[in-house]
Amino acid sequence: MRRVLVCSSLEWWVSWLDCGDERAAPGRGRCGRIEMTSGNLAFAEAMRQINPDVVAAYPITPSTEIPMRFAEYVANGEVDTRYVAVESEHSAITACVGASVAGGRVMTASSANGVALMHEIFPIAASFRAPIVFGLVNRSLGAPVNIHCDHSDSMPERDSGWVQIYCEDAQEVYDTVMLSVRLAEHPDVLTPVFVCQDGFITSHCYEPVEFLSDEAVRSFVGAREPRYPLLDVENPVSYGSFTMSEYYFEIKRNQIEGLNHVQRVYGKLSSEYFALSGREYPVIDRYMSDDADYVAVIMSSAAGVVKDVVDDLRGDGVRAGCIRVRMYRPFPAMELREALRGKKCVAVLDRSASPGGTAPLAAEVKSALYMQPDRTPVFDYIFGLGGRDFFPSDALRVFQDMMEFRYEDGARYIGLLEEDDQE
Amino acid sequence: MSGVRLKDLAGRKNPLTEGHRMCPGCGSPTALRQAFMGIDDPVVVVGATGCMEVSSTVYPYSAWRVPFMHVAFENAAAAISGVAAAHEVLARRGAARKDIKFVAFGGDGGTYDIGLQALSGALERGHDFTYICYNNQGYMNTGAQRSGATPRGANATTSPAGRVLGGKLERPKNMTEIAAAHDIPYAAQTTLHNPADLISKVRRAVETPGPAFVNVLTPCALFWKIEPSDQVKICSLAADTRFWPVYEVIDGRHVLSYTPKNPRPLEDFLRAQGRYAHLFKKGEERADLIAQAQRDVDEDWEKLLGKCSRSALTSASS
Repeated sequence: MRRVLVCSSLEWWVSWLDCGDERAAPGRGRCGRIEMTSGNLAFAEAMRQINPDVVAAYPITPSTEIPMRFAEYVANGEVDTRYVAVESEHSAITACVGASVAGGRVMTASSANGVALMHEIFPIAASFRAPIVFGLVNRSLGAPVNIHCDHSDSMPERDSGWVQIYCEDAQEVYDTVMLSVRLAEHPDVLTPVFVCQDGFITSHCYEPVEFLSDEAVRSFVGAREPRYPLLDVENPVSYGSFTMSEYYFEIKRNQIEGLNHVQRVYGKLSSEYFALSGREYPVIDRYMSDDADYVAVIMSSAAGVVKDVVDDLRGDGVRAGCIRVRMYRPFPAMELREALRGKKCVAVLDRSASPGGTAPLAAEVKSALYMQPDRTPVFDYIFGLGGRDFFPSDALRVFQDMMEFRYEDGARYIGLLEEDDQE
Repeated sequence: MSGVRLKDLAGRKNPLTEGHRMCPGCGSPTALRQAFMGIDDPVVVVGATGCMEVSSTVYPYSAWRVPFMHVAFENAAAAISGVAAAHEVLARRGAARKDIKFVAFGGDGGTYDIGLQALSGALERGHDFTYICYNNQGYMNTGAQRSGATPRGANATTSPAGRVLGGKLERPKNMTEIAAAHDIPYAAQTTLHNPADLISKVRRAVETPGPAFVNVLTPCALFWKIEPSDQVKICSLAADTRFWPVYEVIDGRHVLSYTPKNPRPLEDFLRAQGRYAHLFKKGEERADLIAQAQRDVDEDWEKLLGKCSRSALTSASS
C-alpha cells in the first residue's frame, strides 16, 4: 500500500491510492478526521482514545513528546489514566510491569539510552506474560551522543521476548498502536509489544493521519480481561518465583510459544482492523516485489526512499521491488522465503550494526533463505547510523550493485565518509 | 503497645507461611511475619531480590498466602508504584477491592544501595504503600558482602578484616533519616526486641495515607555469626546499647519509642557477634576500632535526641 499526498492550494488532500491488488476499503470506523500530525503525536492520540489504566514514563529525546502530550490529556481530564511520572526509565518499565501484572492496561514510551536502561526488565515483562504497549522511538545509542535515528536501541532487545513492529509513517504508528493493544493482551499471546518508529524522521515530521472515531477505537480495543491479576486478593498468585535448572527451561519454552502464536493472532486482528479502518498491515509490506528480479529489503521510514527508486527503475523497465519488514519479532521467515523465492538478487539494508557479526535484518533474511533449494544471493548494507541521510541515489546504487552482481563479502556502508571523501 | 494483643494476633493466619527456606534464626521472616500482624486488610506484597524472595518462592511452591510479586533487585519501590497506580484506577472502576494495602520489602542492599533511587522516586511521588527494609547490614544472600548499611568495623567479605584493615572502614548511611527527609508522613526504625513495637509501627505505617518507611534491624545468624536462638537477645542488645535506636518520624516529628533505662556499652553488642571477632582477638585487640564504633553510636544518639527534643518543642508550641 502506498499513500500519495497531494497538495492543492492551501488545503491538504489525502488519497489512498490502491496499488493494483488492494480491496475497496470498508472502513466502517472512519470518521473523516484527518489531521496533520507527527508520529509521536499520532501515538499520543491513539493513547487518548485507548484511555489506558496506567502510563509510567520518563522523558528522553525523541520520544518525550508522547508522555508530554499524554500528560496534557490527563491534566485536562480527557482520559482517566493514572499517569506515573517516574524518576528513571528503569522505574518506568518496572512500574509498567507492576501495573500490567496488577491487571491494568499499560503503555509507555522511550528511546535510545532509556531503552538500554530498561534492558534488565524487558525479559522479565515478557516472562511474566505482562501485556504492555511500548512506543519505541528509534534513536542511536551513545557514544558519541546522538539524538537521531538508527535501530541500535531496539535491536539489542530483539531477544527480550517482546514483539517488535517497525512502522514506516505516522499513520502506521497510529494504526499499529490499536493492533498492538489487542495483540499484547490476546490470551494466546500475552506478550508485550514494541511499536517502533524512526526518531525525528517519523516521530517529528508532520504528515496527514486519518484517525478513527473514539467509539470505533473503544469498541476495537475493548477492555482488558486479565487472567491472573495480582490485585485478585481472593485468588492469590506469586509472580517472579525462583527456579534453577528444574523448571526454568519449561517456563522459557512456554513463553516462546506465546510468540509462536503471534502471526496467527495478528493475521486475524489485521483483517478485523482492515474492516474498521480500510487500512491493512501485513507482517511484510511487499512493494512491486512479486514479479521483481531485484528486491531491496529494509525497515521503517527509509522504505519510502526505496519505493520511490523502485518506481523510477520500473519506468526504465527494470523489475525492481521493495520488501519492508514490518514485524521483526517474531520474524516472518516463512513469508519472506515465499516473497523472495526465485529472485535474481536481494539486498538487505540494516539501520544498525552488529559489530563483529552480521547486522540484525541481514542475519534474519539470510537465515530465512538458507534452506531454499536454489539459494537467492543476498548482499548486505548498513546505512543511516546516527541519522545519516539515506538518499534515492544511495538506493539506486544498491539496485545497480544487484543488477551488475557486484558481490562483496560482508556488509557495505552506505553514505559513509571514507578517507577519500574528506579531502 | 495500644491495640496490639499478641495472643489474638498469634492465632491468625499469616500471609507468610511456615516452611519457607530461610535459615534457622534468620530475623527477616520474623520481621515480616510480625509486620503482617499489623495489617488487618487484604495485602499485596512486592519483594526485592534477596534472601526473603529466593527463599519464599522456590518454584513450584510459594510461601505467600497473599498476592506476591518479585521483579528485580533495585526496583521493588517502582514495582509497588505501578501496582498501586493500577489499583487506583481498577478500584475506582470496581475491578478491584478498595481496601487493599500495599507492602514492598527489600533487604538493606536492595534499599540503601541499588534500590535507593527507585525508593526515593516512589516516596516523592507519594504512592500509598509501606516499604519495609529488612536490614541485616550486608549482602547476605550472596555471602556477606559489605553494603551501605554495614557498620564500621564489621567484617564483610568485600571489606574483610585483614592484617592491615580492620573490616569495613566507612560509616553506614542513615537510611531512616534519608527516607524521612522526603517529608513522607511516616518513617520508623525498630528491631525484633519487642514484637509489639514492630507490629504497631507497621500498623501505623499502613494506616497512614501515603508512603511510609520502616527500617527493621534483623540479624543474619549465619554472617553475624550468632546462635540462631540468640535472635531476640542480639536485637535487645542493639536497642540497649543504642546501636539501633528505636524511633518514629511522624509528619516530620522525631519521637523515641524506646529509651534504654541502663544503656549498655556497645562492646556488649560487638562481643556477642562473630562478625566483630577480629576486634577482640587475643593479643591483637583493636581498642581503637571499638572506641570509634562507640563514638559513632554516641554521636548518632545525640543527633537523634536533638531531633526528638526539637520535635517536642515544636509540638508543644504549636
